[in-house]
Formats: sequence, C-alpha cells, structure tokens
Amino acid sequence: MINSRFFNRSELLGFLALAVLLIVILPLSLDIFRLNLVAKYLTYAFVGIGLVLCWGYGGILSLGQGVFFGLGGYCMAMYLKLEASSVANTKIQSTPGIPDFMDWNQLTALPFFWKPFHSFPITLLAILLVPAFFALIIGAAMFKRRVGGVYFAIITQAIAAILTILIVGQQGYTGGINGITDLRTLHGWDIRTDHAKFILYFVEVVLLFGCIVAAQFIRLTKLGRILVAMREQEDRVRFSGYSVANFKIFAFCAAAVFAAIGGAMFTLEVGFMSPSFVGIVPSIEMVIYTAVGGRMSIFGAVWGALLVNFAKTSLSESFPQLWLFGLGALFIAVVLAFPNGLSGIWADHVQPRIDRLLSSRKSKSVAGMIADGAPAE
Amino acid sequence: MSDETKPGLKSPLRRKLLMGMAALPAMSMLGRPAFADVPATSAVNTTGLAVTDSEVTVGILHSVTGTMAISETGSVEAEKLAIEQINAAGGVLGRKIKFIQEDGASDWPTFAEKAKKLLVNDKCAAVMGCWTSASRKAVLPVFEQYNGMLYYPTFYEGLEQSKNVIYTGQEATQQIIAGLDWVNKTKGAKSFYLLGSDYIWPRTSNKIARKHIENHLPGCKVVGEEYFPLGSTQFNSVINKIKLTKPDVIYAIIVGGSNVAFYKQLKAAGIDLSKQTLLTISVTEDEIDGIGGENIAGAYACMKYFQSLDNANNKAFVPAFKKMWGEKTVIGDVTQAAYLGPWLWKLTVEKAQSFDIDKIAAASPGVEFKGAPEGYVRIHENHHLWSKTRVGRAKADGQYELIYETADLVEPDPFPKGYQ
Repeated sequence: MINSRFFNRSELLGFLALAVLLIVILPLSLDIFRLNLVAKYLTYAFVGIGLVLCWGYGGILSLGQGVFFGLGGYCMAMYLKLEASSVANTKIQSTPGIPDFMDWNQLTALPFFWKPFHSFPITLLAILLVPAFFALIIGAAMFKRRVGGVYFAIITQAIAAILTILIVGQQGYTGGINGITDLRTLHGWDIRTDHAKFILYFVEVVLLFGCIVAAQFIRLTKLGRILVAMREQEDRVRFSGYSVANFKIFAFCAAAVFAAIGGAMFTLEVGFMSPSFVGIVPSIEMVIYTAVGGRMSIFGAVWGALLVNFAKTSLSESFPQLWLFGLGALFIAVVLAFPNGLSGIWADHVQPRIDRLLSSRKSKSVAGMIADGAPAE
Repeated sequence: MSDETKPGLKSPLRRKLLMGMAALPAMSMLGRPAFADVPATSAVNTTGLAVTDSEVTVGILHSVTGTMAISETGSVEAEKLAIEQINAAGGVLGRKIKFIQEDGASDWPTFAEKAKKLLVNDKCAAVMGCWTSASRKAVLPVFEQYNGMLYYPTFYEGLEQSKNVIYTGQEATQQIIAGLDWVNKTKGAKSFYLLGSDYIWPRTSNKIARKHIENHLPGCKVVGEEYFPLGSTQFNSVINKIKLTKPDVIYAIIVGGSNVAFYKQLKAAGIDLSKQTLLTISVTEDEIDGIGGENIAGAYACMKYFQSLDNANNKAFVPAFKKMWGEKTVIGDVTQAAYLGPWLWKLTVEKAQSFDIDKIAAASPGVEFKGAPEGYVRIHENHHLWSKTRVGRAKADGQYELIYETADLVEPDPFPKGYQ
C-alpha cells in the first residue's frame, strides 16, 4: 500500500461525524417514520459515492445512474414479489402463484428470467452482478471506441430512456408504469413493521460505511491516481502505456454496483420499485445530489443526498405549491456560489479555521491535494 | 342543528319557567344543548385519529407540481369546495373539517411517503387523493398497513378492491360496456380500431372492450389495436392504418398531452369526426381545454359525468365551483368524482356514528348520496359506486352534449368474469 494513513485527519473527522449522526443522533431523535425517510435519502448516497468515483475522480459524467439503481432495485423487487405471490396469497387469480400484474396481462406461467429470483442467494448475487455486467457492456462498447465526455453522457441518458420505455412497454413481465408494488416479506421476515424498518436502517448504514471505505480504498490506490491522471490528461496516460479504456470501465462498473446496492436498499425501505427511478429525470437528480454535496468528496456526496432530500421533503410539506421553485433556487445558488458543493464550502471556509484553531502541523496529505485539483469538465 | 332537535329550549317562556322552577338541573341542561348531537370524542374515535371535540383532520394528497398537476388540480379544487360546503352545513358529527394538503409531485414514491406522513404523523381520519393508478398502487400498501381510508376519484382499470379505499370513479366495465352497446345499437358499428397509451389502464380497458366486442356483440370485430408511449406525439402512421382499414369506430384511450397531438393530426389527415365515429373514455372537458374544442368536435365520450348535465344538483354545483375557482374553470368527470369523496365520507361517518376506520369501512356499503352532481350514487359492497353511464358528444365550445344515458345505475364489477 502506498498510503500509510487510510484517512487523513479531516477525513477521519468527517467519517466520525457522519457515523455519530447516522448511528446515534438520528435514531435517537427521530420517530420511525422520519428515520425511514432518512433511510430512503441514504439510498441515493450510494449512487452519489459511485458518482464521486466515476465523475469526480474519473471525469466520466454518467447521466444514467438511474439504470443501475433501477436494476438493483428491480432484482430485489422481483425476489420480494415472488415471495408475496405465493399460491395462498393469490388464490383469486386465474393463475395462482404468479405476480398479480402478470395475471392481469394474461400470462399463465412465470417468465424464465423471473425463475432464478425464487432464490435469495442468487438474488443477492444478481443485485451486484447484473448491473456490473450491464455497465461492463456499455463501458466496453463506449470506452474502447474512445467515446467520452458529453457524448458518453448523452448515450447514458439514452440508455436510461430506453430502459424506461422497455419496462413500461413490457408490463406483463415488469409491472409496467405501476412498477412492482405490494412487497411484504424478505425471506419470511415482514419488512413493513416498524421494527423491521429500524433494523433495515442500520443494515443500510453499515452497508453505506462499507461502500465509503471501499470507495476510499479505490481512491487511494494507484488505480485512483490513474483515474485522476486520466481526467486531467487522458492522452498522456495512454501514451505512458496504460489502457485508459479498462480503467474507465472499472470506474463505471464500480459506480454501477454502488448504485445497485442503493437501489436494492431503496426497494426494501420504500416497499416498491417502479420505472420512475430508472429514467432520465431521477438520473439527473442523482447527479445533482452529488454536485450539491461536492463531486470530489465521498462524504460530500452522502451529505448532498441527505440534505437535498431533506430539503425536498420539508419544503414540500410546508409549501405544497411552491416548493419546486425553492428547491430550484437552492440548486442554482449552490452551483453558482460554490462550484465544489458543500464539501467545497467546508474545505475553503470551515476547515482552515479549524486548522488554525488546532495550530495545524506542516504535513499536508496527498489526498488533500487531489481534492483541491481543478475539475476537468 | 341543535335548534332542530331541541326546539323547546329556545323559547324564552320555557327558559324562564325552567330557571324559576329548577335552576340547577336547568343550568346543566342549558350547558348541554350546543353539544346535544355532538357525540363525545372518546365515543366516536377509539383509535387515536386526529379528531377533537370541534375539529376533524383529513388529508388531501394530489400532485400540484409535475406532469400530473394539470389533471389533478381540478380534483383538489373539488375536494376543497366539498369540504367548505360541508363545514358551512355544520361539519361532520358536529366537527369542522380541517384539511392538510400534501403534494405527491407526480412521483409515486413521494405519494407513498406523503401518504404515510398523513396517516402516521397527522392521523388523518380520511384522505382524498391520488389520480393515476401508479400512485394508487404505491399508496395502497401504506393505507392497508396503517389502516387509513382513501377516497380515490379517477376512473380506472378495476382489478382491485380494498377495505381501505372507496373508489368514487367508475371502474373499467362500467365505462366500457354500456358505451360499446350504445355505439353498436345506434350506429350499427361492426368494426373497431382500439388505441391507447401504453400503461395498465388503457391496456386493461381495451382488453375488456375486445372481449365484449368479440364475445357479446354478434358480428363485430376488432380490426386493430395499438399502444403509444405516454407523452407520444407521433400518430401519423396509425392514422394512415385507420384510413386504410376504415373501421366503423375508433376507440381511443389516449391520455394526457398526447391527446392534443392525436386529435390535431386526425383533423389534419382529413378524418372528419362528424362522419367517422370516434368513441373515447379518456377525454373529459379538462382535456378538451388543451386539445381545443374545434379539433375534437363531433367525437363521443363515454363516462359518468359531463359539466353540461341538466339536473338540479349539477345546476347548483357548477356555479358554486366557478364562484370558488373562477369563471373559466371547466369540470370534468374526475373532478366531479373527487367532489363526491368528502361528501360520501361525511355520510358514512354519520351512518356509522364513528370516525373509526373499521366502522366506516363496514358502514360504507349502501351509503347513498342524493346530492351528487351526476345524480344519485350509492356505494356497493365492493367499495365502488353504482352510477349511470353516459355518452356525450363534444362540441366546438369544449362542452359535451348528452346523447345517451343508461336507464339504471350500472353495477360496479372490478373483477369481471369472462373479461379477464
């Protein structure tokens, strides 16, 4: 390993602050309804962490992360739906034992690609592998041909649109625009009770910290440095003998897997999955969370997802008819005034003061220098 | 209200007598009349809903932002009007209705989140809301889990029945079968071309239509069936096919903004709706507002309510609505169905003498609302409404002219045998 310290001081501080907030403060101060909302917001933080890696560090702007969020979510939803559609639960259908929406669409047997989702271990594997495989194909097709930048962003958008249309159009197989609803139990365990929501919240927080550590690990290895180098001077990296495409594919796949974990948790927390999380608009929203949080900062992405969604909920509760304007103003203000997002505010205005207070040592970490680097696009 | 039930106490003579003869008991009696027919909160609310001695809280949950806002605004307006009228008439069990409005933002998980908030945080005694099937499907598990009561206004595909939902719009068979029978009988229609936006309501409705045409209308057939993505604006290829196959009836279930493109392109392609029969179940007066009356004049629509209905209830309802929300507003089928929600809830609560969800759910079947703008409606055992089905013909001024209505109320049948 190159680095002697996994987190530098300010990152450690950020890690601890987030841990205290998510594990102690929020569960103690919020009722289960609000805690479940926080859990929902955090599912977007997974996507944000992936975007920090692939956009912030790798310079690959993907406007189609909803695709992977959706794939992860749908894999989980298919498992839960099959469990909820036992023969006993679906007696009134013409074909008992298949999900209700299939029955409404005159399907009389379970389609072949649904069958593996009877098994919980296969479902868990599918949540990770299906999006990774999908990202691999897209990445290989694009990056090997040196498609990058704006073109790549546009193509990811197109894929998001295509997948949405596919899901909506094939409603006998996918539940159509209604999505897969009325999910009840996970491996026999009722996910709708308050107790289950409480446990799921902690499962999700643990997974989130796992992802943060994994992302931090990727960042600090040689791989992470090559990503930054590629972002700044792609040709130089290529001429130095690195296969740029493979590194890009890796970053894109990693982001896809993070997004898929978020999607699967979303299905568990919210209790359904629908094409409205797959399309262009949610994909762009996910990029906005990351931009508001600061695309160069893993913690920034988590804070961005939390704060923007919190603002969304509270503004819409207080001003049902005006809240979108308020939210829009918030985005414009953040992006105009603080191009590096919330983490930029922290790094430029708060951190120096803390350092001065603590009479900082001379050592300045490598990671700190990377974070100061100017964005490429 | 108390004046009607205890008229004697108003009389000064009686009061003097009472005061003179037995001051103490009379004092206690005088203290009571105001609450005489307001049952104690503890008796009518045993499950901790937001009901006080003077107030009861309900929720309104529609999209006021996003793509569905244009459709759902009318429902919000109708529900607020109904609540205001109920309050002016003395409230529900002597309690004024207070409403909490939440925005579903045309986004299904937001609907689920807000539904949970209304039930768990605000303890709403009832919720008027949702519009699309997707939003209803998203909130249904929430209402069933937390035992809430939803009044859902939109005509929809059926295949659903819940203790926790009252469906104030028509389910698919009510809207479809009577209309097809009518067009078959009066227009002699034999061939049908089915069109729809690509999601569950048009698909299920066309499925029912096809079964009815093929199995119940002798000699009739479907000559084409096509679906378009939501928001689609390209209809030229299907219009060409329609011109080639020359169906007796174009049966269109296209929703939202797509309608504007569809009817304009039909007109541009030279299909004259005064000669070509077109029957739709998805275009209310609200949609005509966007399409433009001149583009759709001559088309037939089959639903349960038109703004132009000529009955005493509607003649009071339309001016009241316009007074509250502006002279230019139009009232479509769903808006009227949304108006029924608060009234049906009030009548049910008064029948059950309780706000408890279980008691309302049990008392709902048989509740009748004689003041409905569409005429008389009654709740069926399956929580849908008995209602008449009507066919109207679009005029250039954006209104429908009533052509036909069923003689009797049509029974709701959300799980139609032989149509699935």
